[in-house]
Amino acid sequence: MRNPYLVQISWLAALAALLVALPLLVGNYALSVATLILYFAYTGQAWNVMMGFAGQLSLGHALYVGVGAYAAGSLFFHYGVGPWAGVWLAIALCVALGLVIGFLAFRFRISGVYFALLTIAFAEFTRIGFDHFAWTGGPGGMFLRVAQRDTWDVANFRGPPLMYYYAMLFLAIAAFALCAWLLRSRAGYYWQAIRENEEAAQALGINTFRWKLLAVAISAAMTAVAGVFFAFYYNNLFPEQIFHISRSIEIILGPVIGGVGTLFGPVLGAAVLTLLSDGITEVLAFAGVEMPGIKQVFYGVVLLAVVMFLPHGIWPALAKRLRL
Amino acid sequence: MPALDLVANVVVSGILTGLVYGLMALGLSVIFGVVRVVNFAHGEMMTIAMYAATALFIALKLDPFVAMLPIAAAFFVFGYALQTALINPFITRPEHSQFMLLVAVAIILVNAMLMIFGPDARNVQVDYQLESYELGPLLLDKGRLLAAAAAVIAAAGLFAFFRYTLTGKAIRACADNYLGARVVGLNVKHLYALTFGLGAVCVAIAGCAMVLLVDVTPPLGPAYTLLAFVIVIVGGLGSMGGALLGGVLIGVSEALAGLFIAPSAKSMFSFGLLILVLLLRPQGLLGRRA
Amino acid sequence: MQRRQFNTALAAASAAAAISPFNIVRAQAQKLKVGVILPRSGYLGFIGQSCQKGADLAPEVIKEMLGVDIELMNADFESNVDTARTRAERLIQEGANVLVGPFDSGAAAAIAQVAEQRGVPLVINIAAAPQITEQGYKFVFRNFQTAGDIVRNGLDLIGELFQATSTVPRTAVYMHVNDTFGQAMTKGINAMLPSRTQLPFKIVEQIGYDPAAKDLTVEVSKAKAANADFLLLVCRLNDAIILRREMVKQRWQPMGIISPGSPGMYEEQYFKTLGKLSEHSISNVPWYNPKAKLTQVVEKAFKKHNPKDNLVFHGLNAGFTFEAILIAADAFKRAKSTDPKTLADAIRQTNISEKMTLGAPIKFNAKGQVEGIGSACVQNLNLLPTVVLPQEAATAKPVFPVPGYKKT
Repeated sequence: MRNPYLVQISWLAALAALLVALPLLVGNYALSVATLILYFAYTGQAWNVMMGFAGQLSLGHALYVGVGAYAAGSLFFHYGVGPWAGVWLAIALCVALGLVIGFLAFRFRISGVYFALLTIAFAEFTRIGFDHFAWTGGPGGMFLRVAQRDTWDVANFRGPPLMYYYAMLFLAIAAFALCAWLLRSRAGYYWQAIRENEEAAQALGINTFRWKLLAVAISAAMTAVAGVFFAFYYNNLFPEQIFHISRSIEIILGPVIGGVGTLFGPVLGAAVLTLLSDGITEVLAFAGVEMPGIKQVFYGVVLLAVVMFLPHGIWPALAKRLRL
Repeated sequence: MPALDLVANVVVSGILTGLVYGLMALGLSVIFGVVRVVNFAHGEMMTIAMYAATALFIALKLDPFVAMLPIAAAFFVFGYALQTALINPFITRPEHSQFMLLVAVAIILVNAMLMIFGPDARNVQVDYQLESYELGPLLLDKGRLLAAAAAVIAAAGLFAFFRYTLTGKAIRACADNYLGARVVGLNVKHLYALTFGLGAVCVAIAGCAMVLLVDVTPPLGPAYTLLAFVIVIVGGLGSMGGALLGGVLIGVSEALAGLFIAPSAKSMFSFGLLILVLLLRPQGLLGRRA
Repeated sequence: MQRRQFNTALAAASAAAAISPFNIVRAQAQKLKVGVILPRSGYLGFIGQSCQKGADLAPEVIKEMLGVDIELMNADFESNVDTARTRAERLIQEGANVLVGPFDSGAAAAIAQVAEQRGVPLVINIAAAPQITEQGYKFVFRNFQTAGDIVRNGLDLIGELFQATSTVPRTAVYMHVNDTFGQAMTKGINAMLPSRTQLPFKIVEQIGYDPAAKDLTVEVSKAKAANADFLLLVCRLNDAIILRREMVKQRWQPMGIISPGSPGMYEEQYFKTLGKLSEHSISNVPWYNPKAKLTQVVEKAFKKHNPKDNLVFHGLNAGFTFEAILIAADAFKRAKSTDPKTLADAIRQTNISEKMTLGAPIKFNAKGQVEGIGSACVQNLNLLPTVVLPQEAATAKPVFPVPGYKKT
């Protein structure tokens, strides 16, 4: 029987091919922007698992990025342990954290905005905590040793920006595939049921507590990997920056604009927002306007417009138009 | 072990500042309690009020306490308009949509302020700002005292409004039972907008008071938003006394944490408190169970 | 070589130059493109704008001094590390031969990686984190003190200050911001102070505070209760203002406020906001020599560009930014080429003694760091930051303890 998703899959394949070939088509600046887009697409996708699938609004996702980054970074900084081993510690720690938060929240029946505030509180608490944690460098930050950058040292995840681009591309594609698979699996149906009507789901015998925790754990684990990437890409970590609430907001901008709960939403959202941000900078530079703050005002206005007129995000509307 | 008069001074100072925070949180509690909208632009509104106070001071040499009146009036209109035009259609939308809407509004506000006022810190310089009263071992900061007084008066006024006026009771009815209120014939949309306007008035007064204590910069907004939420959750949603109590509690606990532990970690304490309250008593100290 | 062959060779070279991506042959080019990357918006906005003033006057001053043409390409990284990286990439892509900036250590680390990867030299104007020049980079240069240098110079100047004013304070309370900079300075102070036996004081209380805090009542109460002779302070601008006000409210007047090396108390906003209260605060910071010849030239150019402003408020920011561009231009003049690698090698050979900031001539060591940059004891006198030490550069005498100090 013909795969009903054939059209979508072929589009996706074409997009993937384009992204793989991108370095041959554009310069270094565009490549660094592309890497950033893929990073936000990935983290947005990870956040989407918790929100879009399990219906839990997390506004403190930077917590997992930070803990993941510091975990792998510390191992490398203090013991020279490479990222391939460090990522497991990162994932373990973040999953544990996510489970704690999830357990506390669901056990005590905290949901909606209260849950969101809980996640913010945890992130802020950790931010200030790391500011006082000397082993990870405290507020002075952690600077990872940077080695040569010409050759691809995959074992230590060091190399030219090209390597990071492909690594991020791989992660983004893997996340997409994972989420697609999850949605169609049993977990996916349970999550949709919980999201639509938790009480009804419980009445049907679904252990909502366990499945919600699973979503939280998966989301945290995925985000932890993003943190590890961050650590080895930027090579310096500051608690003030990496745990900051603005980072958490950055993570959710993509999916919310693109379309929460959809597969392609986070990707599209990340692309639109990053390109928009850069585009505005270019236009302003071209027009010779130099007023700090004006770019973010434009940015905010566009955000406002999308939230008001495309309540489900850009992707569902676009998909309908393109009949995908 | 720090000396007793040091502790006393710190506690008193915490109480006074806490009262001003409480007024700010009061606005949020009223809005959230009634309209059920998470106003993530709350801190930004406070920052605008602070800027307005500095602008009026520079232009007309108006003392912030005098400036409170025109600014509060302007904010009432602004809050009413914001609710009617922008937020009303969002009441039925999912939470993350509401959140994003207000985040977008917050981004626009913060950066508009940056554009208009620049990144430098601004403040008012009134004569009594640096004076202090001596009361035995206590040194009472005059500016802080006056600000706290304004906060208490404003809170009392709001309390009286909700308790003793018809409109106030109508608003409380909407909060308690949306459907019931509509059945009875209350113009809920108008009342919601009114509530938002009143919340904005609280913010305006708190801002004018705060500008005596703190210099205003554009990024102040988000920090205050967070603080307001912590206070409202701890004190209790929908309870006005709770907002003030929460403010004082946070003010004092942060001060004490700063004194006995490390000053730079004092915010950690507030967030820890928030987590505990969310888990153990989510309706807050004085709130009613939903 | 015969004429025909020569012509062919010339034609071939021209063709190669036309299609060569770096235009190496055409690098007898007259202009050096300097990418100036600063935080002109965001929370570091006003400091970035202050640095930019130093950059804006550079082309004409350098043209007069060295006879070379430089073209500035300005980029604003909005106080955001991600943006710093992409802006740096953008500048390089648009043809910047050398990068100058960025003031912030976090951004400096990110841009340094880009610069190293692309093989384009980066001359750091201001950034104190020592790790930046410890990474083994070949294309990163810093003409500024590391946190360790700042502390060392700062402490030495404190000793000089006490000698010059014949005072012997025994105790100090040390307050510091709890951020990257503050932490580095604290580490340095705690390491170096015990061995500096010529300094008569001990730190009796150490109080760290959140740089974003708006209310420092508790901190000042604690500090006052320590009953120390003077306040040793590592701060930033906004918290310095808050602290000073709180000190007045709590009626705490120590012998003086001395910063061993931090921004804040010499900045324009401090004076504007505090007025008379800003008087007598002391900052021991890298500074420009008011008596240097180059300073007079820069001051004239500054007045031309900013008629309502005074260079003295931007001494550190504008001075070091200007010097960073000067270093790039000087290397360009010697290298006679805009090829980045050649420029980097030329920068490594830099030896500039005709400079405006205090200290030894500008020479980079193997790690790309300039050693021997001097600090000055800058005291707020008559609402202007004034150099009071070292004596060769001083334009006034230091005042310590502050008038009105009463030992309690």
